[in-house]
Amino acid sequence: MPPAQTSAEKQNGKKMLRYIIKRLVFAIPTLFAVSIIAFIIIQLPPGDYLTTLMADWASQGGAVEAGTVAAMRERYGLDQPIYFQYYKWIWGILTAGDFGISFELGKPVTELIWNRLGFSMLLSLLTLCFVWAIAIPIGILSAVRQYSISDYTATFLAFFFLAVPDFLMALSAMYVMSAWFGQSVGGLFSPEYVDAGWSFGKLLDFAEHVWLPVVVIGLGSLAALVRIMRANLLDELSKPYVTTARAKGMSELELLIRYPVRLALNPLISTLGWILPAVISGEIIVSVVMSLPTTGPLLLRALLAQDMYLAGSLILLISVLTIIGTLISDILLALTDPRIRFQ
Amino acid sequence: MSMNKDTILKVEDLKTYFPTRTGIFKAVDGVSFELKRGKTLCVVGESGSGKSVTARSILQIVDKPGRIESGSVLLTRADGSLTDLAKLDPRGKDIRSVRGKEIAMIFQEPMSSLSPVHRIGTQIGEALRIHFGTPKKEQRERVLELLRQVEIPRPETAIDRYTFEFSGGMRQRVMIAMALACNPQVLIADEPTTALDVTTQAEILDLIKKLQQSHGMAVLFITHDMGVVAEIADEVLVMYRGKVMERGPVEQIFHAPQDDYTRRLIGSVVKLEKKAEVRLTRTAIPAEAAPLLDVKNLSLTFPSGLKAVDDVSLTVRPGETLGIVGESGSGKTTMGRCLLRIYDPQAGAIDFRRPDGKTVDIRTADRAELKNIRREVRMIFQDPVGSLSPRKNVGQIIAEPLKLAGMRGRELDDRVAELMAQVDLEPAWRERYPHAFSGGQRQRIGIARAIAVKPRLIVADEATSALDVSLRSQMLDLMMKLQDELGLSYVFISHDMSVIRYMCDRVAVMYRGRIVETGDTDQVVNHPQHDYTRALLSAIPHPDPRDRRIHKRFRYDPARTVSANG
Repeated sequence: MPPAQTSAEKQNGKKMLRYIIKRLVFAIPTLFAVSIIAFIIIQLPPGDYLTTLMADWASQGGAVEAGTVAAMRERYGLDQPIYFQYYKWIWGILTAGDFGISFELGKPVTELIWNRLGFSMLLSLLTLCFVWAIAIPIGILSAVRQYSISDYTATFLAFFFLAVPDFLMALSAMYVMSAWFGQSVGGLFSPEYVDAGWSFGKLLDFAEHVWLPVVVIGLGSLAALVRIMRANLLDELSKPYVTTARAKGMSELELLIRYPVRLALNPLISTLGWILPAVISGEIIVSVVMSLPTTGPLLLRALLAQDMYLAGSLILLISVLTIIGTLISDILLALTDPRIRFQ
Repeated sequence: MSMNKDTILKVEDLKTYFPTRTGIFKAVDGVSFELKRGKTLCVVGESGSGKSVTARSILQIVDKPGRIESGSVLLTRADGSLTDLAKLDPRGKDIRSVRGKEIAMIFQEPMSSLSPVHRIGTQIGEALRIHFGTPKKEQRERVLELLRQVEIPRPETAIDRYTFEFSGGMRQRVMIAMALACNPQVLIADEPTTALDVTTQAEILDLIKKLQQSHGMAVLFITHDMGVVAEIADEVLVMYRGKVMERGPVEQIFHAPQDDYTRRLIGSVVKLEKKAEVRLTRTAIPAEAAPLLDVKNLSLTFPSGLKAVDDVSLTVRPGETLGIVGESGSGKTTMGRCLLRIYDPQAGAIDFRRPDGKTVDIRTADRAELKNIRREVRMIFQDPVGSLSPRKNVGQIIAEPLKLAGMRGRELDDRVAELMAQVDLEPAWRERYPHAFSGGQRQRIGIARAIAVKPRLIVADEATSALDVSLRSQMLDLMMKLQDELGLSYVFISHDMSVIRYMCDRVAVMYRGRIVETGDTDQVVNHPQHDYTRALLSAIPHPDPRDRRIHKRFRYDPARTVSANG
């Protein structure tokens, strides 16, 4: 390799690194803002965890002395002003990785969520892969055969799935699978594997269970991606560089993949930034319906009980994952599109 | 079928049709011609004449839904056999083995005709891989050789760069390298220099000529510029609305045209070769008249550090047209926008004389003042499509500045009708939307909008560049008519020396943000003082095949030449 080229490559690498650092620095204030908003949101409903708890006890016929409540409020730090509570919480996270304790379950938040967060991430990741793997070919087909039967069918189905709410889709899918195919649905494992350690059998069992929620969550986002891919590609197909490549004598299929599809993928990569939040929020609802061991059901329970540190930490961590996802999509975009890298 | 042994490509009665909702559009309607080894055939015509579709039909790369209806395209292959390209399947293997290998093509817009996300080396080497299966290493060697042939500096670094890192001229060189990769017998060039500056154009034309001689290629050159035709053609094919109007040696087309259309086309080109008649007879504007616009030491530096306008001083007298000429990147458009404070220049003064005789510095004027001034100084833009809102009808577009000035109701309607008549548009068309008008008519709408509030100065930024040559002189004539009727002054920004010469009283030549020469148009055109002006003038194609000039043009190198005024 001639030395001139290596220096050009080195320069590219340097530009890329500078770009990534810039994006990382920009992510910090975003994360900070998210943590504040997460904390405010969980404070929004009137009352706090103790009010909910009192109401629970009262409905069960128990009476609570006012002194007990005051003592508990002091013990949990709920009598302090909100900004102080926030400060204590965020300081704990930053310095000791301590997300506070869950009032309801009486355990540190960290103990409760890591395992579930792992499954949530895995599920989201699998869903993204599924959606992309399906959306890209369908989008290409729709664009290349614009206004054909296959285009109309794909478009119709995509919009149909977009219109059906996630929970309904989850319920119907569960019904169909268990009533007609006799499969065990709900959860990510069969009962005998739930508490077992990881083994090949458990992995296989996981694969058998996981595809259904992946499909259910993914179908909702599919429509948007198919349409975006179709529109991008239609734009690119009429660009002059396609004619240039054709005039070189390239075959139509190679031409399609190498040029217009390659360029149409770039905007699709940037959709990762908003597909990911959609997938994650879809995952929460679907997980509740299908009782998956992810963050979804836990978050719902925490919100209902006003279990503020648990709920706040979950919202914060989910947001962090989303921001990281967006960051990854930005970096991917810079890798695939030199125009962005060189700006 | 008999063919001259020098004939490589013989097109006979070619018809390419586009089925549309309203019927069949005959883009190419019975075109015949021959291409000979080592010779250049220029296809010339205005927009919509079907010249580009003709070229694309040869390789069967016509955009959808166009298709070849009938006719033949006979190509003499390397082994002497004949193939009718029009009979081949457009997606099939046979036509693909011709594309890029035996017939290569270069296109008008080198930016959009190249992929922005692939390195140029990959894009050039691709044809080698497709046609010969050349291994990567050899491919690279050959691409480097090609880059050297098209005179791209530092090929070893350039090969791994992307298109947007190159200037327009360099991109077109990349395109040419790409076309030459497989040593084609025929090169089709579809308006390859239209998007380029004159000096760059001259270089690209030189390059194509040189490569044609060394490779013995036949060149089919499509252009709308008669000057370019005169400079490079051996034979010429004049097209109009899909039909061949005239075909013959370049000498005949220019000096003994047989067809009326050809005569008119040559006529409109020659017309722009000298000053407009209405300007020859006009009494000169007294030099001592108080200037309407007096720009002093204007400077604008963009945040990127680029000095777009660098210490520019100029004056415009009442009723005068000042031409600003320069190549792309010379800062002429930026300077024009500063005059209306679309950009905020950092230093200098733009003194504008109000009707009451007081002068206002536009550079420092406050909002209220600026609003008044912008009624008196208007702008006409280059792109007649982009500068008119597609969602408003013509009446609304022209009425807009009047409404802003507070005109309403009946008075407004009458004024719009009057303005439309003034720019030779039928007032009954006011309900129509811009897309229903041709390019020339759209530019008239832009002019009507500009003169609506009775301005005193109009900044016209490349107002005729997007128009065909026959429309160009019409538009300039209209602008001069309005100038005399309304007592307007123009700042006329253009890269086209012929347009400047036709209409401007004085001209300022801009180069890299500076004005290198100012003077009366005749003086600057006939006796240029600055070397850059001389280079610019000598690069302009001359529409006379007996007097080919650009290959012996004067080249300006700022590093070697000491600039006349600093």
